[in-house]
Amino acid sequence: MFRYLMSRFAGMLAVMLIVAVLVFLLTRLAPGDPAALMLGDQATAEDVARLRAQYGLDQPLPLQFVYWLGEVLQGNLGQSIFLQQPVTAALAERAEPTFFLTLFSVAIASLIGIPCGVVSAVWRGRALDQAFTGVAMLGASIPSFWFGLILIQFFSVKLGWFPVAGYGDPDVPLAERLWHLVLPACVLGILNSALIIRFTRASMLDVLGEDYVRTARAMGHAERVVVLRHALRNALIPIITVIGLTAALLIGGAVVTETVFGLPGVGNLVVSAVLRRDYPVIQGALLAIAAVYVLINLLIDLLYRVADPRVRF
Amino acid sequence: MAAAASASVSSPGLGLALRKLFRRKVVLAGAVALVVLVLLALFAPFASPYDPSALKVLERLRGPSALHWFGTDEFGRDIFTRVVVGARYSLTIGALTVLIATVAGTLLGLCAGYFRRLDTPIMRVVDAMMAFPDILLAIALMAMLGASLFNVVLALAIVYTPRIARIVRASTLVVRELLFVEAARALGVSTARILFRHILLNTLSPILVQATFIFAYAILAEAGLSFLGVGVPPEIPTWGTMVAAGQQFADQAFWVVLYPGLAIVIAALSLQMVGDGLRDMLDPRLRKSL
Repeated sequence: MFRYLMSRFAGMLAVMLIVAVLVFLLTRLAPGDPAALMLGDQATAEDVARLRAQYGLDQPLPLQFVYWLGEVLQGNLGQSIFLQQPVTAALAERAEPTFFLTLFSVAIASLIGIPCGVVSAVWRGRALDQAFTGVAMLGASIPSFWFGLILIQFFSVKLGWFPVAGYGDPDVPLAERLWHLVLPACVLGILNSALIIRFTRASMLDVLGEDYVRTARAMGHAERVVVLRHALRNALIPIITVIGLTAALLIGGAVVTETVFGLPGVGNLVVSAVLRRDYPVIQGALLAIAAVYVLINLLIDLLYRVADPRVRF
Repeated sequence: MAAAASASVSSPGLGLALRKLFRRKVVLAGAVALVVLVLLALFAPFASPYDPSALKVLERLRGPSALHWFGTDEFGRDIFTRVVVGARYSLTIGALTVLIATVAGTLLGLCAGYFRRLDTPIMRVVDAMMAFPDILLAIALMAMLGASLFNVVLALAIVYTPRIARIVRASTLVVRELLFVEAARALGVSTARILFRHILLNTLSPILVQATFIFAYAILAEAGLSFLGVGVPPEIPTWGTMVAAGQQFADQAFWVVLYPGLAIVIAALSLQMVGDGLRDMLDPRLRKSL
């Protein structure tokens, strides 16, 4: 167990180091001098040179990387060029909507995905199975921004049930802020349920063929008990993995949906930073999102091993 | 004589494969929709009497009618015409992305799977790249490259290369250990020939299946990037830029965003249907569980 943990941890560190290199190179290889960009069009050559020296941009690239990494490891992601605040503060401010949006979306996706997947597996090949498989494929083919625009048009503009966009100020009650997340969470939940349907179906089909399911049937248990208590419980482990992965991907992958609904989340922060070429923010946000992804992956893996004693270390 | 013999051997094989592939009605429907889209894109100038970029302000935001099947946009341009022209751009972007990602991913995957020393370095970078959500990595790459048609293709190709690399590596690891590869090595066949002749040919099915899905994802991702304003410049009519431009008129003229979006759905859906059919046909083991 300990050896396994250590090797997983080392692998994670290696991946994060490469992620850091990629993120660093991504912004340093971009055309245009960050110093000139920060100062604007009126800057003189001396101003630019002074700022370059101040930020260490005149140093060789590997040295810049080591310096940057040292700061990152101390929790300093740098200063935003446009927001007049540290990148960590900007990220912290944007974390709330993204966190709750991810939570709601994953909940909706699971509530749709698991029952549909179970039904598909039990009535495999029948009309309902084919319908769900088709719907899953359709879900994976709809652009989230387009689906969002349709839902806004119908539920917000026509029916007036939900706010058209935005999140509400920090001083309004949490419930009111969360109300803003219902439609975007539906968009992400419905579209991302496709993967969970597929996995649940596959996992259930595997388990339904097992000997202990046949034994349960032979013992005269009702089919409902066999499916829900004996089969689903054992099929849940791979399903939980997919749910975790969906959550991990949504944290940064909800960019487009956040933009359509005008939610001030992490994804929105990245897009506005890209449009303004605010490199420290792009760097910091990418690094944070990748770190969360890698961490969630590790947690899923550990959970998998704790939940299923059959998985050997 | 030899040519005739080989033709009679290969063509029933292909016919049989196609019949097997299209036995499922869904797969056939997807293939037909794809062919229609490609034909429309190829013959775009003949598909409609309108000029896709001619401005007619008097005709702006007209609803769908016999004259304008999908209505007109904020500049009075015929939306059907623009959706058809958009098919050219969107499908080309998707196809080029798949092509570049497949070639690059296959080379990387073959090297990682065959040469033990290259395995860890290549796969660590692949893992690191896959730690970013697709769309986010694409956005970050676009920030570096700058918004243009070619850069969208390049960015998306970089994003999807690791997926292909992973699959090719996994198959290579299996095929590498098979007897016929060992036999080829014993016969003194060159490494390049073993890689491209013997191993690559045996990993083609999973590559083909994955490429179909990536085609669909690339079309969706291009639309997303263009919608965010970091993709294709707005003056080029892709399906994504059309929805993005129409967004502010959605309240008064919903067809402006409806039809280009539907085109995206149809293209992505039919590609995934065909991909699903290919997977079924090429990998009978999967059919049992999926």
